[in-house]
Order: sequence, then C-alpha cells, then structure tokens
Amino acid sequence: MKLLDIAQFAAASLRGSRSRTLLMILAMSIGVASVVVLTALGEGARRYVVNQFSSLGTNLIIVFPGRTETAGIGPGMLLGQIPRELSLDDAQALLRSPAIARIAPLTIGTSQISQNALNREVVVLGSTSEMLKVRHMSMGLGQFLPAGDVHSSESVCVLGSKIRRELFAQESGIGSWVRLGDRRFRVIGVLASQGESMGFNTDEIVIVPVASAHMLFNTSGLFRILVEAKSRDSIAAASRDAEQILTERHHGERDVTVVTQDAVLATFDRILRALTLAVGGIAAISLAVAGILIMNVMLIAVSQRVKEIGLLKALGAPAAQIRKLFFAEAVLLSGIGSVAGLILGEAGVLVIAKLYPALPVVAPWWAVLAAIATSLGTGIMFSVWPARRAARLDPVTALAGR
Amino acid sequence: MIEFKRVSRSFMVGGQEVAALRDIDLNIAAGDYVSIMGPSGSGKSTLLNLIGLLDRPSSGIYRLDGGNVTDLDDQQQARVRSEKIGFVFQSFHLIPRLSAAMNIELPLILAGIPPAERRARVTALLENYGLTDRAEHRPDQLSGGQKQRVAIARATSMHPAVLLADEPTGNLDQTTGREVINLLEKLTEQNVTLIMVTHDPAIGGRAMRQLHMVDGRITNESNT
Repeated sequence: MKLLDIAQFAAASLRGSRSRTLLMILAMSIGVASVVVLTALGEGARRYVVNQFSSLGTNLIIVFPGRTETAGIGPGMLLGQIPRELSLDDAQALLRSPAIARIAPLTIGTSQISQNALNREVVVLGSTSEMLKVRHMSMGLGQFLPAGDVHSSESVCVLGSKIRRELFAQESGIGSWVRLGDRRFRVIGVLASQGESMGFNTDEIVIVPVASAHMLFNTSGLFRILVEAKSRDSIAAASRDAEQILTERHHGERDVTVVTQDAVLATFDRILRALTLAVGGIAAISLAVAGILIMNVMLIAVSQRVKEIGLLKALGAPAAQIRKLFFAEAVLLSGIGSVAGLILGEAGVLVIAKLYPALPVVAPWWAVLAAIATSLGTGIMFSVWPARRAARLDPVTALAGR
Repeated sequence: MIEFKRVSRSFMVGGQEVAALRDIDLNIAAGDYVSIMGPSGSGKSTLLNLIGLLDRPSSGIYRLDGGNVTDLDDQQQARVRSEKIGFVFQSFHLIPRLSAAMNIELPLILAGIPPAERRARVTALLENYGLTDRAEHRPDQLSGGQKQRVAIARATSMHPAVLLADEPTGNLDQTTGREVINLLEKLTEQNVTLIMVTHDPAIGGRAMRQLHMVDGRITNESNT
C-alpha cells in the first residue's frame, strides 16, 4: 500500500466522523496557538526591555553613590549614615582612565517651570554638553548645553519637546526666557521627540548645566555619572578604573556602585527568557492534554471500527498496515491541528501587535518549532497504543463485531 | 487446490476445550462449486474461516495451491488472502463512509496496485455488476442486492482463485438472493473455486458438491 493511499484512506476516515475530527483539530490548534502566543508575548517583553536598554546609550557604565551589597544591610545603614556624595570633580576625575571615552554627570530634581502665565511641574536634569552623545539624544531645534567649564552655572536650558509645546505652542521658544524655581533661564534648544525610554520620558524634561542645577536644588552631589567606555571590549577596564579612581578619591573607601549596562541587560535577558520558557511550558501542557484527547478518540475509533478492521484483514491487510492506517490518522489530525494552531497563533500575535504597537511581539522560531514538534510528538506517541490495539484484533472476532 | 489433512480446531470456552472441527479431511479441486450445510454450531463457519486463513487449525495440515499454509505468519497469511482468496459476507461488510467504487477499490489499494490500473479494473467491475450509475453512492444509499453486488465485485477485484461466501443471501429476499447466487455461479465458469456456507437447502442444493456438517464433522457429501 502506497503512502499516498494510506494518507487518502486516513483522510477519508477522518472525514467520516467530521465533528469529532473538527473538535480534535480545535483542541490541538488551541494548544499550539497558546504556545505561539504566550512565547511571543514573553519574547516581546524581552525584546522590549533590551531595546529600551540599548536606547540608553552604548557601552554605557552607570556610577551611583553608595554601595549596594547583596549581603544584607551594611553597617552604615544601621548607624544612619548616608553614603558620601559623588562630586563634579569625582566625575571629571574619571576621564583620567584611558578606557573611558566621555562622561556625563547627572543631577536630578523637580521644579516649577513658568513662562508668562503658564507654569507646570517638570523634572530638571543637570548635566554637561557630553550628555547628548552619551545618552544618544538628538536635538530638534537650537543647541544643546554649551561645552566648557562644568563648574560654570550658565543660565541656559534645553527643553523637552512636550514642554516646549506646552509653554510656547506654535513658537519655537528659542531665545525666550523661562523661570525655573527662582532663576531665569534662556532656552537655547529643544530636544527631538524620543518618546519613553526606561519609564523616563525625555519629552517632559528640562536640561540645564549641572552647576546651575546644583544651585537650583541647593546640593553639590550627583545623582549618577554616566560613563561611556571607548569600546565594547574596554567596558570591563573602564568600570574597574572608575571604581579604582573613585575609591582613591574617597580615601580608600569603596562607597560607589558601578553597573555596566551589559550586566543589567544580561540579567533582564535571563529573567525574561526564563519567563518565556515557563509560560511556553505551561502552554505545552495543553498540548499534552490534546495528545491524550487524540489517544482517547483513536481508541474509540478502534472500538467503533472493529468490523472494518476485520474486513481490512480479510481483504489482505497485514497487521503492520492496519497499524500504519491508524497511525496516519493520528499524524494527520495533529498535523492539521498544528498548522491550524500556527495560523491561529500568528493571527493572535498580529492582533496583539496591533493593540500594543510598543511591544515587539514575535513568536521565537524555537517556540514555533517546539510547538509543532510537541503536537506531532504527542499525536504520534498517543496513537501508538490504539494503532497496536487495532492491529492485534483477531479477524474472525473482529468481523463478527465482537 | 484446497487440501485439509486431519484438521481440527478447538476453542477454549470458559476454561473448557470445545472442539469446533474434528479431524477434517477435505480435497477441493480448482473450479469446484462446493456448498457447506448444517445446523448452527456444526462448524461450517469455522471451516470457512480456516480455508480463508482468517483462523489457524489447532492441529492438522492445510495446503493451498500445493503450498503448506498451515503455519504462515501474519504478513504471509495476509498476502495469501490478498492474492488468492475473496470473501463475500452475509452482512456485506461495506465501509459505510466510502463510495461503492472506493469499496470495490479497497483490496487493490491494500495490495499496492498503481492508481491507473485500479481505476481501469474498478470501472470494468462496476460495469460487469451493473453498478456504473451507483459508483459514487455510499452503502446506505444502496439496496441490499446492490450492496451484495458491490461486495462480490470487491471480492473478485484481485482475481482470486477461491471465493468464500458465508450465507451470501442471508440478508436478502428470495429474488435478489437468486440474482446474487447466479452472479456467484457465473464466476465458477471462469475456473474460480466457490465455497459457500448456507442454511438454505434450495441454494446449497445447486452446488456441484454438497458437504453436510454435524458437530464438527463432515457427515455426508452428495454430488450433483
């Protein structure tokens, strides 16, 4: 008996019990579709986070004051000490390292911004001209903070695009004066609209020189120092140097934390990948259930078709062939089921992508392969027993329908 | 053609051995027309199943076409059935979801005959048995006589040397029953060995050789 004939015969028997076949295919396709959709969601979340991180800048190292130890509460915390501040000079000192290309000190605070009668609360960032490059931002209008002495507190500011729109509407706003707290700043530039990045909307910030921000908020410490290493390979050297330089400057006390972007990224990547695997695995359980359903249906089919099996034997079908016929039915069922499931799943992914355009939902190829393999595998595995049972029937009793 | 030597067949029923056939010696030549008659439980069907290789003797030797077929394995048995033996059943045993043409084609498909030849043979058979306009009908759309004609067409599709019929008229009225018998008898003219189990003495009496069975033995043979 030829392969094509086996397939045709199996297809004919599937058509013979239409509603049962459709239900089976439905069960199988829901299983496959759920694997596809859930892993696509997990993978989408992972890619989202990875993208967000890369949009922060490349070869980025972040230095912040205080040392976070994983070994519980440090002695300083119990004594009510607050960590030593990072000063602007600390930041400048980092440039001594040959592995470090540029740095951008960062101070952050909120203030009232007003222009004529309009005013609102904004996040004010204090930084230097280098920030534009380190953070991969781009200008919409005018210029960024001028280069020069980091200690000079010039009264200039750069607005986020939304802030400009709110304060100046149709006008560019360049050259106008705005009031931040108790100081007046001249607007010299407007950032290009970038949207959200790591939960931080650069459209709604105001950037001023770091010294000005210190005066505005009456502090001298830095919130972060963003460090850009010269290349990907020098990230390790740069973070080692940064830690060493700051330890020296702080009288041998290691009281800063240096995180590389890659390390953070790798952690997120691992967590989210594990999450994707977990939801994929849960979805795969439904596939296994579908497999057991197939077994059940095939067993019923065998007992309903005892006479037919007897007849096939009488017409000259050996046991092996009967086995193949039932086997082919199960393979067809799970095959059609997985294809339908794939289509269903991809359609679901498309719908999610339409609903949440920010989330890059794509079913990873390994999940698609795994889903198909699992559905075919369970379909085949769970049809072995029914097929053997059919093949072992005694032709005389089978023909009598007993 | 068919040669039984001291063939016995016994079944275990409730832990007790019950003999269905006792020491049957039988010779049937090619082209013979044999009827097997007897009360129920006399072993007629068991004998037919043994001849058709659907069952194995408990003891004794069965030769078919000169070859010993007593101890063939499943694969070999299936092959002999496919090539040499055709079955016609009382309850037709057509596959309900397949069309008449597909039912006739089934043994050819199982034997792995190429599609073109299959189609040619099926077309010829449909015509021979007056079923051309019923080719695409499913069994539930056919009358009893038509069903049995489909079954006979199917049984002869592989040109078997032996045709085994188990009460072929049992589910048919007299007129259609006679038509079916005529069709079967016509096959014996083409040197097909026809062996038919029947209750009906009027039908059994038409056979060239009539075997009467009682209690697992052939008690009497009458020839016409």
